[in-house]
Amino acid sequence: MELYLDLHSQPCRSVYLLAKRTGIPFTFKSVDLSAGQQFGEDFGKVSVVRKVPAMKDGDFILTESVAILQYMVEKFPQLVPGHWYPSDLQRRALVNEFLSWQHTALRAHGSKVFWFRRMFPSVAVPKEKMDSALEDLKQTMDLFQSKFLKDSSFIAGEEVSLADLVAIVEIMQPVGTGLDVFEGQPALSAWRERVKKVIGEELFDEAHQSIMNVDCLAKTFQDNGMLEFLKPRINKMFT
Amino acid sequence: MALEIYLDLFSQPCRSVYIFAKKNNIPFEFKKISLLEGHQYGEDFGKINMMRKAPAIRDGDFCLAESVAIMQYLAEKFQTPAHWYPSDLQQRARVNEYLSWQHMAIRMHGSKIFWLRLLIPKIMGVEVPQDKMDAALEDLNGSLKLVEDKFLQDRPFIAGEQVSLADLVAIVEIMQPVGSGLDVFESRPRLAAWRERVRVAVGTELFDEAHKDILAAQEMVKNMDASKMQVFKPKILKLFL
Repeated sequence: MELYLDLHSQPCRSVYLLAKRTGIPFTFKSVDLSAGQQFGEDFGKVSVVRKVPAMKDGDFILTESVAILQYMVEKFPQLVPGHWYPSDLQRRALVNEFLSWQHTALRAHGSKVFWFRRMFPSVAVPKEKMDSALEDLKQTMDLFQSKFLKDSSFIAGEEVSLADLVAIVEIMQPVGTGLDVFEGQPALSAWRERVKKVIGEELFDEAHQSIMNVDCLAKTFQDNGMLEFLKPRINKMFT
Repeated sequence: MALEIYLDLFSQPCRSVYIFAKKNNIPFEFKKISLLEGHQYGEDFGKINMMRKAPAIRDGDFCLAESVAIMQYLAEKFQTPAHWYPSDLQQRARVNEYLSWQHMAIRMHGSKIFWLRLLIPKIMGVEVPQDKMDAALEDLNGSLKLVEDKFLQDRPFIAGEQVSLADLVAIVEIMQPVGSGLDVFESRPRLAAWRERVRVAVGTELFDEAHKDILAAQEMVKNMDASKMQVFKPKILKLFL
């Protein structure tokens, strides 16, 4: 199995973490998003959508981290314990509910804050748009806690699942820009520690190393010419 | 207590859940809510779904939101025919891939076109600037191209030979811009042929019934009282303008 990954990307991290944590054998195929490798000819043969992560299992190619995670759980029952995607009807529904919701919520707002903070001032994000993005993130984080976490240890109950994995990698994205969303949030921090413990601190930190060191991203884009390519895309996010 | 499904058939994800439940003869109580009238913000509905969105279900004391999760739940609970959510590893992966991709692609772009063409002019009293409309249209065309070139290709349905949740979710989203008067099928014969296959697979009567409201949207919006819809102004300004 080949996994096409750039660990700057949240969905790449969730796929990477599940595979490493459960011992699923794979080859790490690096796709450097900051260099625009997803638009290259080689990667185009893997995915026309030009996004990561992507999985190649023999001849079978699959995109979308949620689908890849579900595939891995199903394909490797002997490696992946059942709690990752519970077979109990209601527990599974809670996992699915989160996995569906997060696209336009945690993921969308976390990504937006990441880009706005990381690219400023190379991309001149107006203050009210920045504030609005931060407010959206705050509201989505509040909803995450009050609806999805509630008083349980994890999203689906007392055991970690794909939902927590996807949640944590998305929440870490704005954290990588120096925005500590966990500050003043003891319940959320406690959940994070529980998830980290299950994944393994070392593995978790390793997976998040690139995102926690993104200070030079704007300069990288400036140096390699990607800035002009990215500018209109980021502008579009707030115009 | 019977299964309750909270629905507004103007909403794409409500239509997929409705069609799925009816097609599979799943017994349920249709709890009608009107999103444009703001029913989702009421106290009662808040107890069903604190995210204030439709569709939502209440099955005994179990509440669930998100159309994809709801259909996966119903498929499992009522043991619907396997083709809806195939057990074959790769076929299921194809369905899951589409169900994941569509949120930030066809759903987002189709919804935006509906708002820009119909709801915003009504609520704000102005036409949307041409450059915004063009940009939104370009996004929609890009998503439609991926539906055809990546998800369908030369297969009759997304997962292969039979209709699945993926086609159901796809069709209801694509019908949204159609409801605003934009016939996306006109210049896309392959897509139109797939639409007919899906329509036949779910049952033409059921399909047409589910889409009756959205296809009458232009007329309905024209007759709406814009002053009652001002609650949407901040959302519009933030998201679209």
